[in-house]
Amino acid sequence: MTSTKTELAVAALRNGTVIDHIPASALFRAVHILGIEDMPNRVTIGNNLPGKHMESKGIIKIEGVEFDRDVLNKIAVVAPTATINIIRDYAVAEKHPVELPETLIGTVRCPNPKCITNNEPMDTRFDVTERSTPILRCHYCNHCVSGTEAEII
Amino acid sequence: MKKQSLVAIDDLNRSEILALLERARYFEQHPNSHLLEGKVVATLFFEPSTRTRLSFETAVNRLGGRVIGFSDAATSSTSKGETLNDTIKMVSNYADLIVMRHHLEGAARYASEIGGVPIVNAGDGANQHPSQTMLDLYSIMKTQGKLEGLTITMVGDLKYGRTVHSLLQALRYFKPVMHFVASKELEMPREYIRLCEENGIEYYEHTDFSPEVIAASDIIYMTRVQRERFPDLAEYEKVKNLYTLRRSMLDVAKPNMRILHPLPRVNEIDRDVDGSTHAYYFEQARNGVYARQAIITNALGIDPLEK
Ligand SMILES: [Zn+2]
Repeated sequence: MTSTKTELAVAALRNGTVIDHIPASALFRAVHILGIEDMPNRVTIGNNLPGKHMESKGIIKIEGVEFDRDVLNKIAVVAPTATINIIRDYAVAEKHPVELPETLIGTVRCPNPKCITNNEPMDTRFDVTERSTPILRCHYCNHCVSGTEAEII
Repeated sequence: MKKQSLVAIDDLNRSEILALLERARYFEQHPNSHLLEGKVVATLFFEPSTRTRLSFETAVNRLGGRVIGFSDAATSSTSKGETLNDTIKMVSNYADLIVMRHHLEGAARYASEIGGVPIVNAGDGANQHPSQTMLDLYSIMKTQGKLEGLTITMVGDLKYGRTVHSLLQALRYFKPVMHFVASKELEMPREYIRLCEENGIEYYEHTDFSPEVIAASDIIYMTRVQRERFPDLAEYEKVKNLYTLRRSMLDVAKPNMRILHPLPRVNEIDRDVDGSTHAYYFEQARNGVYARQAIITNALGIDPLEK
């Protein structure tokens, strides 16, 4: 079930993506990950809206774009509670929570300056060791980083 | 037998660890052989470590193999800015196995994924050093006649000490009782305490290196407390002598108790302990050659018992 508020928000798009239930503290990181600063598309961003389960939530609506799994994986790292709504012809064609994969390749920078991944031209690789409040462990140096602190590449 | 890299002690399960220890025992009885005849092993020491390199090179030589390599990065092409990827690919054309030590953490894991010859990790920064763990386990098994159910005390720098972390990871298969003796600043990290709990390992944390702990121990594993670990020098001065083992402290020890240390030591084991029957750290180093012979032949897929 979607709330009236969300349905209203969704109805405003003809085609595009709505990312809902973003923790308010993660909204601007999500904006950055989506790269919408540089997009000509119509974008609506709301933050500190009352949410059902959270203190307050953020929402991002982008006209005319559907994002790759790769980008949505990055959203899952910083905002594991977010939901994705794909809008086609004013209707919600798809709705699902973001899904954190078991392994993230080339998504997050290792916080350890002595890690091989920060010194060699190569992809980083992190295993997700905890999902609800994501903890990621570097496959190479074993350092851990939380999703909220992870630097997204 | 298939060829396989050894990057971290965690790559091995219980039966693989036991098989390697069995093999180390074989090499102690048969140190010289021709098992590696016609084989070339590269020892790539991007970071110098004479002790470890000599141990590996002795192992190869006693197996009848040949060694190529470098002993620090200044003399290698890395100093000209070559990537690790390129160095490993190049050396894989020449050698059957690469033993590598690197100051960057995760370097050996990455090297093992490049698709060249098998890699044996001889230490990657503060991360992993599995051959040290194998020689520690071999020393424990040899002195106690078993690995199962021993009381093992770890003393000193338990926070940054990679050897104690790896040893604990391996010991989880053998139901030890663990005593952790360290100052608050250098106590065992919570993730390793969690590892104890998840594996049903009985453990005790102490800030005091007490006679009771010494009396209970089958193995006392000493580590070096390094000055550079302390932001406050006064704090170091306060702590440094609290965890020094002296001969007079050994009166309460069980006859079978042995003292291990990854070496080099500074002052955490008093010289007067060296003559005690409990001192085992020099023999421990010799066991390193047998453990490394086991690791090298295993990585190359050579079974000494089949030949
Ligand atoms: Zn790393």
